[in-house]
Amino acid sequence: MNKKLVSALLCGAMVLGCVSPVAVQAEEEGVKIALVAKSAGNAFFEIAAASFVETAEAEGSTVDIIYPEEATADAQIKSLDNLISQDYDVICISANDENALQAKLEEAMDAGIKVVSFDSAVNSDSRQVFVNQAGVTEVAQALMDAVYDICDGEGQWAILSATSQATNQNAWIDAMKEIMESDEKYADLELVEVAYGDDESQKSTDQTEALVTNYPDLKCICAPTTVGIAAAAKYLQDNDCTCKLTGLGLPSEMLEYTGDGDDYSCPYFYLWDMQGLGTLAAYTSIAIANEEITGAEGETFTAGDLGDFEIVAASDGGTEIILGLPLEFNPENVEEYAELY
Amino acid sequence: MENKSLMKKITGSREALLAVILILMIVIVTIINPAFFTPKSISNLVKNNAVTMVMALGMLCVMLVGGIDISITSTLALAGMAIGMLIKYEYISSTVLAFLIAIAIGIACGLVVGLVISRADVPPIIATMGFMYVYRAMAYLISNGGEWASASALGTFKDFGTSKFLGLNCVVWVVIVCYVIFFFFMKWTRTGRKIYAVGSNPEAAEVSGINVRNIKLMVYTIMGCLAGLAGALQVAVYASAMPNMQKGGEMDVIAACVIGGVSMSGGRGSVVGALLGALILATIAKALPLIPFFDQLWLNTIKGILILVVVVMNVILQRTADNNALKRREM
Repeated sequence: MNKKLVSALLCGAMVLGCVSPVAVQAEEEGVKIALVAKSAGNAFFEIAAASFVETAEAEGSTVDIIYPEEATADAQIKSLDNLISQDYDVICISANDENALQAKLEEAMDAGIKVVSFDSAVNSDSRQVFVNQAGVTEVAQALMDAVYDICDGEGQWAILSATSQATNQNAWIDAMKEIMESDEKYADLELVEVAYGDDESQKSTDQTEALVTNYPDLKCICAPTTVGIAAAAKYLQDNDCTCKLTGLGLPSEMLEYTGDGDDYSCPYFYLWDMQGLGTLAAYTSIAIANEEITGAEGETFTAGDLGDFEIVAASDGGTEIILGLPLEFNPENVEEYAELY
Repeated sequence: MENKSLMKKITGSREALLAVILILMIVIVTIINPAFFTPKSISNLVKNNAVTMVMALGMLCVMLVGGIDISITSTLALAGMAIGMLIKYEYISSTVLAFLIAIAIGIACGLVVGLVISRADVPPIIATMGFMYVYRAMAYLISNGGEWASASALGTFKDFGTSKFLGLNCVVWVVIVCYVIFFFFMKWTRTGRKIYAVGSNPEAAEVSGINVRNIKLMVYTIMGCLAGLAGALQVAVYASAMPNMQKGGEMDVIAACVIGGVSMSGGRGSVVGALLGALILATIAKALPLIPFFDQLWLNTIKGILILVVVVMNVILQRTADNNALKRREM
């Protein structure tokens, strides 16, 4: 009975909150943000979440992190259901599915809650804006340049990807191929094969072994997936292969394999800046709650120390904010970052 | 009489048939790509499949009593993650101790599974499905919510995966020793024969004084023990412990046994069969990327077709053998 009364009051307050300008209330009390994870137990997300919370609290806002029971869209819908009836100003979500959350998120937006997605996007109708860790082109360009550098501008190279259906990896691979074709600079590089290690250590090891066996002159493997790059790094280093490695990986996983010279298999590699992503997502959430921005293309805002950002059109028809280039991890800084990631 | 001996030859030589298939596969792949059959390549093959091969022995015992265990890779993750975290936070540094802890965790996990199945009479697939979730979640819990113990954190433990003993990789030695022990255990010890007895006819085994429930408890404990050992091997071979390691790998272990001629209804199967099954699977996985004109996406299709062919073949062979026996009785 009591609970019902409270929730009725809350609903009433929410309706009132929608009618009266939210911004005034928010600036007085700070923004109340719900940060929705994909599921519990994702070390990656935790890094972003920690800096998200830190930033938001420094700005006087409150953040509740909500973990769905499992990493499915259904579980996130259940979590969102609970959230909508509470008085959050913003929902910031890393989505398990692009389209499945649309109905719930539209319901939230109709209830006056702003929706920001980050890390993993929801479709353009389900959000105000998407905070993108690194644009596809930025990642592809960084990887392509690394391959160019490691191969000294010419020779055979291969890609070791996750699964053949992995959306992110395929987007990066396609973009890399495009870059290679569009620029004469890369004319002497030959992409011999795209292998799939399914993000399993066992299969990635088999695939790496097959690549160096089939192509004895292979100069570089590019593995844009964390499990793949670690397995390949171990194989190449244990077997003293001349073939070098780059790609996207976790500093703590790669610490052992990163270095200059023949004893190490990986000279340098990349990953997006999860801390920066958390910070930017926090500033975006606050700005959108305070109605500094609405999520329309062309708007700009300042994200603390990160500087000024502009909202740009995303490839899916919505808008996004791109954090920037992926971070490079090399023998100098890998140790420092290994503490974090 | 003549007919019977012919049938006996075929049913009795199922392992020989598998060996022929395996050798044929190796020959064909080697002709296409000579790099496949080198000592280093074979050593890498065993090393990269050590986890599946070791667990196939446990699965053999479980399937012999008519059971199944799909919680094994969760046990593996829990045991592997546990020693990974212990080494990472410098509670232990000894490789031997790490292996013992992993095995102890595995035994404890297997014992609990065995108790639930043998004492509460829960169907094995249901009970182990439950433990599959429980142990996997525990692996996540002890990893502080998804943390990895990576190469740099694993100290000297990871050297086990690269060091050699008498010219052979240590991981390969572990696999060999396990297979030798189980070969003798299953064939020549009383307990080993009891497992077969329980599998082929539980009622008869009970009547003849075998404690069926204890045998069931024992096989799941053996399975857990090997899964724990596999956990330590996984961490050593790949120099990293992640809570989601080998997720879905239990199906490969079951597939290895099924290809090796182990019957799902119990009573039939051998250590040699399990070995051949695991090696055939490992060869397919390693050979396909080496064959240039094969799309790698065929891997699972071929694996699946092979399992079906072998199982259908087993059923047909068995039916003919049974019919034959029946005919003899009528006469």
